[in-house]
Amino acid sequence: MQHAPASNSASTDTPDRLNDFVIKLANVNGTGSASANTLLMKSIFRMGIPVMGKNYFPSNIQGLPTWYEIRISRDGYVARSGRIDFMVAMNAETYAKDVREVSPGGYLLYDSTWPRPALLKRDDITIFGVPLARICNETFQGVRARILLKNIVYAGVLGALLDIELDVMRTLLGESYANKKSLLDSNLKALELGYNYAKERFACPLPLKVRRMDKTADHIMIDGNTAAALGCMYAGATVGAWYPITPSTSLMDAFKGFCQKWRIDPETGKRNYVIVQCEDELAAIGAVIGAAWNGARSFTPTSGPGISLMNEFIGLAYYAEVPAVIFDIQRVGPSTGMPTRTQQCDLMLAAYASHGDTRHVLLFPNSPEECFYMAAQSFDLAERLQTPVFVLSDLDIGMNDWMCPTLKWDDEYRPDRGKVLSAEQLEQIEKFYRYLDKDGDAIPYRTLPGTHPKGAYFTRGSGHTQYGGYTEDSTEYQIVLDRLKRKFETAKTLVPKAVIDSRGSTSLAIVSLGSCDGAVREALDLLRHRGVQIDYMRVRAFPFGQEVEDFLAAHSQIFIVEQNRDAQLRALLTLETAVEKSKLHSILHYSGLPISSTAIVAGVLASAPEQRLAVGV
Amino acid sequence: MSFIAKPKVAHPGLPRNELGLTRRDYEGGMSTLCAGCGHDSITAAVIEACWQMSMRPEQLVKLSGIGCSSKTTAYFVSGGHGFNSVHGRMPSIATGAIAANKDLYYIGVSGDGDTLSIGFGQFAHAMRRNLNMLYLIENNGVYGLTKGQFSASADIGSKAKKGEANLQPPIDPVLAALTLGGTFVARSFSGDKEQLVPLIIAGLKHRGFALIDVLSPCVTFNDHEGSTKSYEFVRDNYEEVVHADFIPPAREITAEYAEGDAMPIALHDGSRVLLRKLDPSYDPTHRGKAFNYLRDKLAQNEFVTGLIYIDESSPEFHDMNGTTTTPVNQLSYQQLSPGSKGLEKILARYR
Ligand SMILES: Cc1ncc(C[n+]2csc(CCOP(=O)(O)OP(=O)(O)O)c2C)c(N)n1
Ligand code: SF4
Ligand SMILES: [Mg+2]
Repeated sequence: MQHAPASNSASTDTPDRLNDFVIKLANVNGTGSASANTLLMKSIFRMGIPVMGKNYFPSNIQGLPTWYEIRISRDGYVARSGRIDFMVAMNAETYAKDVREVSPGGYLLYDSTWPRPALLKRDDITIFGVPLARICNETFQGVRARILLKNIVYAGVLGALLDIELDVMRTLLGESYANKKSLLDSNLKALELGYNYAKERFACPLPLKVRRMDKTADHIMIDGNTAAALGCMYAGATVGAWYPITPSTSLMDAFKGFCQKWRIDPETGKRNYVIVQCEDELAAIGAVIGAAWNGARSFTPTSGPGISLMNEFIGLAYYAEVPAVIFDIQRVGPSTGMPTRTQQCDLMLAAYASHGDTRHVLLFPNSPEECFYMAAQSFDLAERLQTPVFVLSDLDIGMNDWMCPTLKWDDEYRPDRGKVLSAEQLEQIEKFYRYLDKDGDAIPYRTLPGTHPKGAYFTRGSGHTQYGGYTEDSTEYQIVLDRLKRKFETAKTLVPKAVIDSRGSTSLAIVSLGSCDGAVREALDLLRHRGVQIDYMRVRAFPFGQEVEDFLAAHSQIFIVEQNRDAQLRALLTLETAVEKSKLHSILHYSGLPISSTAIVAGVLASAPEQRLAVGV
Repeated sequence: MSFIAKPKVAHPGLPRNELGLTRRDYEGGMSTLCAGCGHDSITAAVIEACWQMSMRPEQLVKLSGIGCSSKTTAYFVSGGHGFNSVHGRMPSIATGAIAANKDLYYIGVSGDGDTLSIGFGQFAHAMRRNLNMLYLIENNGVYGLTKGQFSASADIGSKAKKGEANLQPPIDPVLAALTLGGTFVARSFSGDKEQLVPLIIAGLKHRGFALIDVLSPCVTFNDHEGSTKSYEFVRDNYEEVVHADFIPPAREITAEYAEGDAMPIALHDGSRVLLRKLDPSYDPTHRGKAFNYLRDKLAQNEFVTGLIYIDESSPEFHDMNGTTTTPVNQLSYQQLSPGSKGLEKILARYR
């Protein structure tokens, strides 16, 4: 949820952990735990309780540890909280570590079919043993079914312990297996076995439990890649080119899925779209540029290594002024890094991608909701500005299910195709010149192949004049290069503005971007609750607009919160605004796991001058 | 170097095509290549082909990579859009452009460096996709624009200008195309307009990826004795196996051919290529046999030229994709957006 209310402590009439705790599920990948974990999360969501799921998975297909973290937050906080209240320890290999992670007073559930060593027990937590494997072996046939259904059994156990409404869980299973009766039956059976086992043996429900609220009406649970793919479809994108890379792959998968349903010509059954799975990212970006040059809205989803490969072409698109939309779902670098972990480490790479003087428009969505709207907007910007536009999402936003307000679409929307001359317009003009600044906004006119003989021009990455001709003349070259710089000034007025949450502080502020937002908002509540007066600005795009300059100027001590080692946002701010560098203090998080609010609070408290923090600390 | 627009003077006596256009109307900017460069002859052949086809100039899209050869797209049909992209990556630009609008003619011009070294991957994959385009390699065995280094098409033993011999085996684009599934594979010579012009027309009309590897001597860096890509060597070791004549729709095949020598192949728009087999044993519709024939001849240092292989029946890129008839860049927004009602339906799953 985007706008968490300021309340952060339990009100007196609610039991302490009601609708406010974290479940972590430790599984082995490839054992089908995802469906059980989604079932748990969705059930709580359907009960009207704000919830967030985060998946920590390995770069592997089968057999390695994977964790799923569900944060239930009646206040709507979406970030990691830093604590684990209930651990479902299904992976013997990571058991020792998982036991250690549980916060004091917490709970742990494990499969007691085989005994776990006593030394791993803890006195300050409650441990539940349920013979999950034995229950499944006694009830179900087939090795695979037994492994899969074990997960549903523990979902049933949790249902009883946490007081999740059984009917909601049943309904969700019914929806998942609507056309697979036998699967539905075995899943329902497994759910009940777990539920009843817990009811009969444990004191259900625990003090840690859920109770129906009404906070998720008009909300959905969706991941950022799916939302971005929807945005591409609604923008009218017709050409998608890509090369598979985690964590961006699901974006094109989702786009394909939507197209197969909504982009089929009703009369002929033919496709109103083209998706090209290319040989590599060099080709993917080439295809995007070729298609956009030829008048189709086109895009490519990728991640850091792909952007590295695309650099040469990105410079061509910048200089020859061809629109392109690039989704960079950031993952941990450098090099192959940790492909299934999250970071915001491609800011500098994207901002100045390619050789020579280049600068690019970047958008920073903070959630699936913004992925949707910004995806659509990125095409308008790319075509209006005739330049590559990057949507810098990340694995946390892209691949995790986030609760967000139901996406809306304005039927009045029409794509802004930018300054493209039609055959009629060409007929009327004396002569067409490709790179002339006719309107004073530094954006020239373009034409599409096949329109009119008068519209023909020669696109090149080599030196060109404002008339479109080849040149090696210094003055002619500079005229075009200087206009491109002015075009970036025009971009400042078109990109999404920063979101500012000001309480009138003239001293302290936090500046952040993208997926840090949830953790920052929670940290703000915690800090303000302690009496720290602090403002917040979330930048949503590069180039930075005037409001960013103004905010930076208005505060004397600014914490830049971001998820990379080298303080890339801070670097970009110092390079591209007038801010005094010494005012900017970094709070950096780059472990590969999403940032938590506690890290931000600690960062602020550690480095803010004491006199300003005297109150309440 | 500068871009010089050629003055367009229409002499009343110049022959006109069906559109009433003269050859002049298919010219481009003034070439800045070395005098005698093979590439300029290929440019002339393209102009002739487009004029003969009565192509509307704006229907032609000219794509290229980087190199002397890739520059030539600026020297023909200035009424069509051109895109001089990056080195070796023209095939991906073509992929996107063709994806966006399937109804134009696409011609890609590349060099042996552009195609067989830096761009070999893209070349192979464009062919796999069977993009509906004509792909010309202006093959001179060297990197012209970077001043004469050997390219991957240099033959073993071929000598550089300063005498150094190439020791690595060449990549033959025609053999490569035969193994990679190319559906129109031809070789020609920049000095043989009579052979080249109909091949260009047939290649543009071919439904799918048409490759013509055109031997095109570099007079500045690779036209000396000891080079296997010099004018002299190519002329002496040049063997045409199948000559292709282009027959427009509704025109009779008039010339007389000995039985078995002539083979008409129907193109999708009703025109035909008439193949005249100069070696009666040769079968240009049999991939395996064509491959073996070429290999044997190459072993004897003979360049087989002509239309070496043709397959008009394989699905091209858009056939495989199942794309709708209207080019996707011309679909209306209403056809592309499911609207707010559609969004409600889509989001039901996410509640
Ligand atoms: C990425 C990159 N690397 C190197 C070059 C330098 N370069 C320009 S043209 C060329 C070779 C061209 O050879 P070929 O394609 O055979 O064309 P020719 O000039 O012989 O017609 C090279 C290496 C470049 N433009 N881009
Ligand atoms: S260097 Fe060679 S290939 Fe380049 S223009 Fe001169 S002759 Fe032609
Ligand atoms: Mg060459």
